[in-house]
Formats: sequence, structure tokens, C-alpha cells
Amino acid sequence: MQLYLPIAEVSVNAFLLLGLGGLVGMLSGMFGVGGGFLITPLLFMAGIPPAVAVATSANQIVASSFSALLSHLRRRTVDIPMGVVLLIGGLIGSALGVVVFNILKAQGQVDLLVKLCYVVFLGTVGALMLVESLRALQRSRRSGGAPVRRKHNWVHNLPFKMKFRVSGLYISVIPPLLVGLLVGVLAAIMGVGGGFIMVPAMIYLLGMPTKVVIGTSLFQIIFVTAFTTMLHATTNYTVDMVLALLLIIGGVIGAQVGARVGTMMKAEQLRILLAVLVLAVCGQLAFDLLLRPTELYSLERVGVAI
Amino acid sequence: MTRWLSLWLFIALGFAAAAEEIVMGLSQDEVAITASFDGSDILIFGAVKRTVASEPLPPLGVVITVSGPRTPVIVRHKERRFGIWVNTSFVEVDAAPSFYAVASSAPLSEVLSETENLRHSVTLNRAIRSIGAEVDNTADYTEALIRIRSNDDLYKVAEGAIDFDEETLFRTSISLPANLVEGNYATRIFLTREGAIVDRYDTVIAVQKVGVERWLFNLSREQPAVYGGLSLLLAIAAGWAASAGFAAFRR
Repeated sequence: MQLYLPIAEVSVNAFLLLGLGGLVGMLSGMFGVGGGFLITPLLFMAGIPPAVAVATSANQIVASSFSALLSHLRRRTVDIPMGVVLLIGGLIGSALGVVVFNILKAQGQVDLLVKLCYVVFLGTVGALMLVESLRALQRSRRSGGAPVRRKHNWVHNLPFKMKFRVSGLYISVIPPLLVGLLVGVLAAIMGVGGGFIMVPAMIYLLGMPTKVVIGTSLFQIIFVTAFTTMLHATTNYTVDMVLALLLIIGGVIGAQVGARVGTMMKAEQLRILLAVLVLAVCGQLAFDLLLRPTELYSLERVGVAI
Repeated sequence: MTRWLSLWLFIALGFAAAAEEIVMGLSQDEVAITASFDGSDILIFGAVKRTVASEPLPPLGVVITVSGPRTPVIVRHKERRFGIWVNTSFVEVDAAPSFYAVASSAPLSEVLSETENLRHSVTLNRAIRSIGAEVDNTADYTEALIRIRSNDDLYKVAEGAIDFDEETLFRTSISLPANLVEGNYATRIFLTREGAIVDRYDTVIAVQKVGVERWLFNLSREQPAVYGGLSLLLAIAAGWAASAGFAAFRR
């Protein structure tokens, strides 16, 4: 069934969009990532103009993350105080990120930079996560699943300590603020929620338990992507509500399925899966940069009709 | 004096006798883009009206063009730098139609002379305007623009696609693709003889979004904050509904 999208001004298959939404929603529920790093390139492939794809996927992420967050809230796996601290950092970060983005845009080559950002971050995060979780899996097999003792490092010696009961942490607010800030900057530049950076940062830098990490990350992502959606809707007019609705319908169902599947799997297995996925997208983007494209020219419509 | 007058009359009558006019019709002069819009075929037809019976003259030809709204377009070119493919140079094409179709009753080179093509900008290369470009090989960029849009079914040349019966009745069908941009689509019909244009007829096909499409588009431009808020509300409501629905399903 073909459907004409009013803002994107293209006609696409409705079931294709529902399927894309469902796939990404599932990932969102399983891993606590918004899925922006996946849905945006997928929408490009479906023929949606890039600007509309970026803005609309932000709107879609709000829906799927909210749906997934509700099921995490029910299972009490959200650390709200931690989420708020991360969010404060995140909003400051995204404001900074927009400034950086505009400076780069003025100098051209913003596309390339965004892609390079993706390759570098997805590559690093994916590889680190894969190695670490494979090790953890081996360890748990050898020692019969004994809990790993949490290490004390420099993170625990900073001032402004705060108790995060759900995470079982008593740490300074400075590291989470900085993590939020960094993710906010990257989110604004790369046009994603930043879950794929946030999740490993929470696990490895802040030492939060994996189960709590996902819900907390979702909590923060909702606000950041809602902020992004409003920004795009009011400045670029690129949020396509019909497109968003289709992705959302697929996405919310997918997110529920994903959240159920996620609870059935071991934390290490989840992390390995996410790492493989992140690396696959990274590889695809790297190939695009390295291989000779079939069409060396690209078009960009500017201005209004004469 | 009378001699001059009679000469003038003779010339005027002579022209009138040769005058051939286009009378045309469209299967539709409006295209409504609805939610289920999947492209549209427009039938353009007409006849040649003659004031005097035609004497044996060289054959007539018909050329029809349909052009979407023109916008400036940036054409970027990728080159390999440090092992990766990067946009290196670009040309800004001042005005390129979002859609362009040319149909003719015979090969274009036969029915339209180069001079008339230049004057009326009929062929694709002429319909795209790029002036003041700084790169040397601008032609490569316009070619790329035509190639990309042709692949998307937005630019098309259909030589010999017009049925022209008895040098009087002509008809052709122009298919508008699904990814159509709103605006006035200028339609021109040229009647030619030996490459020279005998008559020209201009009309407009209005392409417009209607219904929900129209409403959403207007809202997004006129009240973007409301539109954005509505989008978010929709997202939150859908998220909640799915969650509640699944929770009820599990119980």
C-alpha cells in the first residue's frame, strides 16, 4: 500500500515503514538504545529525504522509548535521580552541540563529519563492548556466575556525592553530568538519542548494573529527542507526522516485544548482541566511505520555487 | 497608395491563410495529492484549427512540455581524498524544474530547430539554467542532475510519443510519478513546421495537496510549535497505549 507523505513529499510503502518501525522498536526495548543510529540510515535507503529522516526519527524515538520506559518503570528498573542528573548534562550538551554543528555547517563537509563521527564512535563503542562482554561471559562460565566485585577508581573520589538507590551507587554527580554532556553534544551533531554511547558509559564509567542502565537511558533519551523534535519542527519544518505515525505504530509494538525478550536474556548476551549490531552499522558506514559510490554526484534542493 | 494597400492585404491574407492554431484539452487540469496518491497519468490532446484548407506544405510537428516548479539545486561531486569519498566541489544550478517531460510527434531534431529550442528552452538541457558557475566542467554537473532525476522518473524525454493523426488530431499521455512536488506545472504545446514554431499554446496543471495532507502541511508551516507539540503528544499517547495494551494482554 503506497502512502504519500505530506512533508517528505514522497510516496512510500506503508508496510515497509511499519516493519522498519517494528525492528527499531524491538532494539529499543531490548537494549535501551533509541535506535536513531539505525533508523536514520534505513529511512535514507527507503527514499526519505535526509533532513526529514533525521527529524522524524527523533519523533519516533520519543514514542518507542516512552513505551519501553513504561514497562521498565513497572519492573522498577529506572533510576530516576540518575536520569535527571544525566538529563541536565544532556541538555547543556545538546545546546553546545547545536553551536558546534552550525560552525561545521558554515564550513561545509558536515555530512562527512557526521559519518566519520558515526564510524569512530560506533566502532570504538562496539569493539569495547564486544571484548568486555565476551570476557564477562567466559568469567561467569568459569566461576559459575559469581558476582563481579565492583572496582573503586578515581570516579569514587570526587566531591558532591549523591546516593542513587536503584543503582546501588554512592558517587559524585560530576561523572554522570559529564557523561550526559558528552552524549548531548554527540546527539546534536549526529542526530541521534545517544543511547549507544550512554549505555556503555553508564556500565563501564559509572559502574551501574546493566538492568538499571537500560531504563535510565530511556528516561534520558525521551527528553533529549523530544527537545530535538521541537527544534526541527520549528526551525526546519522537517518532522513528517504521517511518517512518524507509521514508524510509531510499528515501533511501540516492537518495543514491547523487545522489552520482554530483553528480560529473558542474560545481561552478557544482550551486550554481545548490541555490540555486534553496532559494529555491523559501523562497518556499513565505513564501506560507504571507502568504496567508490555508483553515483559520484548528489543533489540538494535549496530555496523555494521560482 | 492603393497598390501598397493591396500588397499589405495580400500579405495579411496570405498569413491568415497559413495560420494554424492549436485547440487543446486536458484529461484533468488539477492533480490532487491525497494520502494514497500513487502518481497520475494526464492525457493531453487537441487539434490543429485551420482557417483555410491546407495546401500541400511540409509536414507539421507537435512538441509538448510539462514543467514542475523551478528551484535552485546544489549538485555536489565526490572525489577520493585520503582514501575516502568526500564531496569536493559543487555547482549551484540556478533553476531546475522539479519535474520535466518533453514529448514530440517525431524525433526532436526533426521537428524543432536549434534556434527555436534556444528561444523557447524546450529540451532538458535548455530547461535547466545555470549561470555564474565557477567550476570549468559545468556540463558534467547538469548532466548528473539530468541523470539522477531521470532515474527517479522525474525527467523524461519521449520522442515520437505523440500520436498525430492527419496532421490535425494529436494526443499523448504524460505520467506524473508518485514523488511529486506541489505547484503549478506549466504545460506548453508547440506546433512546428520544418523546425520553426507556427503556434504555441500555454496552460497550467495545478498540483496540490488536499485533505489531511493539506492540513498537516499548512499546520507545519504556519504553526510549527503546535505541529511539533502535536507530534510529541501523538508519540507519547501511542507509547502509552501500546504499553497499556500489552500489560492488559499479559494479565
